[in-house]
Amino acid sequence: MPHRRDARRNLSGKRTDGAKLTNSFALFCRLGNVLLKQTPLNTVHRAAGAKMVDFGGWDMPVSYGSQIEEHLAVRRDAGMFDVSHMLAVDVEPRNAPEDANENLNAVAGEGARGFLRYALANNVDKLTVAGKALYSCLLKPDGGVLDDLIVYFLSENRFRIVVNASTADKDVAWLRSLIDERGAKLTLTPRRDLAMIAVQGPRARERVWAVLQHRNAEAKAATEPLKPFMAAEVGEYFIARTGYTGEDGFEVMLPSAHVIEFWQALAAVGVRPCGLGARDTLRLEAGMNLYGQDMDETVNPVESGLAWTVDLASARDFVGKAALLAQTPTRQLTGLLLEDKGGVLRAHQKVMTRAGEGEVTSGTFSPTLGASIALARLPAGVAAGERVQVEVRGKALGAHIVKPPFVRHGKSLLTSIKEKPL
Amino acid sequence: MNVPTNLKYTASHEWIRSESDGTLTIGITDHAQEALGDLVFIELPAIGRKVKAGEACAVVESVKAASDIYAPVSGEIIAVDEQVVASPEMINADAYGHWLYKLKPVNAADVASLLDAAAYTAAVGEE
Repeated sequence: MPHRRDARRNLSGKRTDGAKLTNSFALFCRLGNVLLKQTPLNTVHRAAGAKMVDFGGWDMPVSYGSQIEEHLAVRRDAGMFDVSHMLAVDVEPRNAPEDANENLNAVAGEGARGFLRYALANNVDKLTVAGKALYSCLLKPDGGVLDDLIVYFLSENRFRIVVNASTADKDVAWLRSLIDERGAKLTLTPRRDLAMIAVQGPRARERVWAVLQHRNAEAKAATEPLKPFMAAEVGEYFIARTGYTGEDGFEVMLPSAHVIEFWQALAAVGVRPCGLGARDTLRLEAGMNLYGQDMDETVNPVESGLAWTVDLASARDFVGKAALLAQTPTRQLTGLLLEDKGGVLRAHQKVMTRAGEGEVTSGTFSPTLGASIALARLPAGVAAGERVQVEVRGKALGAHIVKPPFVRHGKSLLTSIKEKPL
Repeated sequence: MNVPTNLKYTASHEWIRSESDGTLTIGITDHAQEALGDLVFIELPAIGRKVKAGEACAVVESVKAASDIYAPVSGEIIAVDEQVVASPEMINADAYGHWLYKLKPVNAADVASLLDAAAYTAAVGEE
């Protein structure tokens, strides 16, 4: 992969180095002739004066004021994100009329679990309790990452997956082709009728309960005992104790028609609206990959810090397994902490290590640490604690390899992560 | 949009104040800080450096992106504001209350060619 110099822009956000613009958070984003998709909360964001950007074809708020203040609100109290651009897809048995006449002794076809066991790189057999969630990659046969997602086990007849916005159409088409190929009697239902709000922070759950107690006491009762990575479905609410910030909290799905009222009720109890800018710095501090930036179809999960989500030891077959077994990883995704002063780590900066060159995939200034941090794809031979050089605007600056995450539950992990082996 | 009429501007979003001793004070506009978002790093030129009009001579980085700052006219750098290097967020709070560097122009008359407040406002509108 050719290395590009990091982006240089003038204050208008125009690149001055002739390179292709790849940053989703480009300044002065204009709608131009592109018709952007809008979530049901779009008018609320605009009325609040949010700065809007084109994020994977969606008109989304990047911040409502100070991105750093939004970030710190999530670390210290509670913030909320409109994540309705992401897509929930329900996987259920097909009840088509022609099936009724089929001989039950003939191939009954796989159920949702059997299909997902093959379609996903992580093993859905880990989901034994209704409501349990699992993070997984969706792989191509060659092991490249099509997307990353969360799959929820609701019942043997219903699983729900939540995929990224910009990859949603591709994912649904891929899964449908896989269903056809396997002759599975399953149907996929994209749930664009649902909106999604992530409420995150140490006080997120109590704020959600404060809102629920007046409108759905049953939903409050059902979510009080929820353990991390568990979900409950009560009436129109689907509430999961999941997130993308490294903090406690809920991700709430509900009918689009009711989401504005729910958002405003959360704001009224002190939950701060946060944009995609804060979401990016929070997830990076939490050491979580962003699809399309830290990984894509050209890399496999082992080279993306996600070996823990791929089960190569068991007998289970899944899409991409043979390719992964045949490959020896030559790269790894790890964290960097900038030690020298002189700038901020950014995507595409070149990293010089004793084992060869690598590249920053995501970089930012960490508001919690007051330092610049990054995820970087480096040669497999280097390890945490080693010092590397990063080319920042033409200068070689010293950085340390660290094992992510950088921050969890509001606390810096920097003292411990420098010593941990990768 | 906050565009004081006593200053001159560039299309690349620097503001320029002419001092009584003939030197120029340069900062970034309120529009620029607003677009960049929270500033976290500033790199200023060495004192004594001679710059040409349009030459990149400083860098501001926000959480989101790095941006070059250009010399509005040719001249010599005679002072830099170390305060904003220590606390870049001061520019977010008051873009016209804090400057980046001072320049002694080669030709005092060059300042006349810079944008006035009305022309800058129009230029921003076209972006």
